[in-house]
Amino acid sequence: MARGRDYGAIMTDSAPTAGGTIGASPAETCKPWHRHDLTAADWAATARDAAAQSRVLLAHWADASRVYALFLDIDANAAVPISTAVEGGAYPALSPLLPAAALYERMIADLFGYRADGAIDPRPWLDHGTWPGAFPMAPRASPPRPDFDRFDPGEQDRHMVLSIGPVAGLIEEAAHLRLTLDGPAILGAEAVLGFTHKGTLGLMRGKSPRNAARFAARLSADSTVAHSIAFAAAAEAALDAAAPPRAQRLRVIMLETERIAVHLDNLAEIGRLAAARSVSTLCGRLRETLLRASQSAFGHRLMMDCVVPGGVGADIADGGAGALLRACADIAAGLTEIRRLHDGTALASRLGGLGVASGTVLAASGAGGVAGRAGGRAFDVRPAFMPAFSQMPPAVTIAAAGDAAARQAVRIGEIGESLRLIGGALDALPAGPVALPLPQTSGEAIACAESSRGDIWHWLRIDHGQIAAAFPRDPGWALWPLAESVLKTAMAEDAGMIRTSFALPASGMDL
Amino acid sequence: MSTPPTEPEEAADTEMIASLSARLEAAAQARLGRSLAIRHVNTGSCNGCELELRALSNVFYDLERFGLRFVESPRQADVLLVTGPLTRNLKAALEQAWDATPDPKWVIAVGDCAVDGGVFKGSYAVLGGTGLSVPVDLTISGCPPQPNRILSGLRALLEANAA
Ligand code: SF4
Repeated sequence: MARGRDYGAIMTDSAPTAGGTIGASPAETCKPWHRHDLTAADWAATARDAAAQSRVLLAHWADASRVYALFLDIDANAAVPISTAVEGGAYPALSPLLPAAALYERMIADLFGYRADGAIDPRPWLDHGTWPGAFPMAPRASPPRPDFDRFDPGEQDRHMVLSIGPVAGLIEEAAHLRLTLDGPAILGAEAVLGFTHKGTLGLMRGKSPRNAARFAARLSADSTVAHSIAFAAAAEAALDAAAPPRAQRLRVIMLETERIAVHLDNLAEIGRLAAARSVSTLCGRLRETLLRASQSAFGHRLMMDCVVPGGVGADIADGGAGALLRACADIAAGLTEIRRLHDGTALASRLGGLGVASGTVLAASGAGGVAGRAGGRAFDVRPAFMPAFSQMPPAVTIAAAGDAAARQAVRIGEIGESLRLIGGALDALPAGPVALPLPQTSGEAIACAESSRGDIWHWLRIDHGQIAAAFPRDPGWALWPLAESVLKTAMAEDAGMIRTSFALPASGMDL
Repeated sequence: MSTPPTEPEEAADTEMIASLSARLEAAAQARLGRSLAIRHVNTGSCNGCELELRALSNVFYDLERFGLRFVESPRQADVLLVTGPLTRNLKAALEQAWDATPDPKWVIAVGDCAVDGGVFKGSYAVLGGTGLSVPVDLTISGCPPQPNRILSGLRALLEANAA
């Protein structure tokens, strides 16, 4: 992939108003790109251009003095970071033009106390009124905010309201879903998250990348490898280092192993909810076989902490490759049966037409991963943005229907492709070291990884070997708003199935 | 599909059984019989402990063969199985689940986070382990604990319960 190119210019091509100003603005190095630090007026103008050109907002975050936004420039295969200084505690909101910014603005307000002027939704998000002080990431302590009313109190009188969670279901992540009903039909859906907020940004700050990596690995356990890779790659880029080739290849193996395990878990869960016992039994068994192989190959069933900044924690164990290949062969043999069961009428009729996400709703959300590709959005960061895949580009599975059946078809297709990638990577494992020490220098970078749920982006600024500021963007930021709009046209009895079909996460975006 | 490769039954931990039986007798609680309904409560987990709890239902571990099952409501539960560091934002939810669970009840803290806050100890958003909010009867460490360890802890509880 192209590195160090000035992608700011790309924003200017079709955006003459903001263009001239962006071109003239100071460009900070944010490897592999340049970050344009804009005046408040140019920040707002760039948002207008981005909205006019339907650019996807990949992430939006803050540090002790600025707010940042990351856009996707799909034609140029580039991500475009911009920033603006926070003045008088405020900055121009992006959400009036880019609704996908709304949740990020609420997160920034809760953690840093910055006001997004003109924001479409000023309600708190992560702060539930329980912290010892408000704005925990701000330089100065503030007294706690009082608890607040999130919902319109009159709603309950006008409609039936179904509140699910934060503790609900059999074994679930903690999130609250509030459905407004008209009989069996859903009229409105609103998610409340932040319950599992663990203060991850504060815990990362001031630590070396090596010590902070365990928090990246615990953002969201079913994406522990993907988050760890994006975090490590950002740290390496910021410090002008690179993981050795053998480590890069081992990361590919771990990432694809994780994808298969998570997809099998989802197939098993959907099978359980649809009372398709043979699917849940088969997929549960195959998943366990793979986790055991991961344990023998990498020393941990979920491969938590196995990717570290500078490389990987340990080389693949003796016999590990054999264990992985045997598990892969089992899964490959099972795939035919999994496909057949999904083509059968029981599952096909339950999942067909359920929870459709496609067209403009999908595009506006910016959701990638299975949800995006099942609705025809062929975005996958592996071919364009992950150098480790340049020699072995994955074939990207897409579908058009955007329903729950299409999402399972994409998951099944991706399992097959990941099996191929693991086989290829194990076949051509370069010799050499598996990790290098990182220098104690300074720098800023962005890196990404394709998790089972979609693209993950990590931004890091490192100051003399210590993390000065960080932001990890979990796919949940795009998936929840998408699921909310899909649920608004669904039936109440399908809510659980739709939630599982999107594999909605909580912990990763709760930070 | 081939026959399920079910795990050999590991003996339940005898020390665990002894201490749990003692506590049960002291409280002179009624016996619940050799079956336990488990309500899972997530107090801020990264979802890793949940992945291993879900694995307990696969054919390798098959927890139902021991009379162990997960239920949706704390009202039907004998056991609250807690995962995750106790976040400030979920303390009330844990206490509600505890209040709603009929006596006699057991609380198991599963995973390093639920034991004492794990790597998240010291964060402004995290109080620590489950025990800071409700009395804990059994802890199972690990990040996440492997399913066979969770299973042997649950079986120890089952034995103590029936003793
Ligand atoms: S113990 Fe480990 S796996 Fe379990 S919630 Fe804590 S960090 Fe996640």
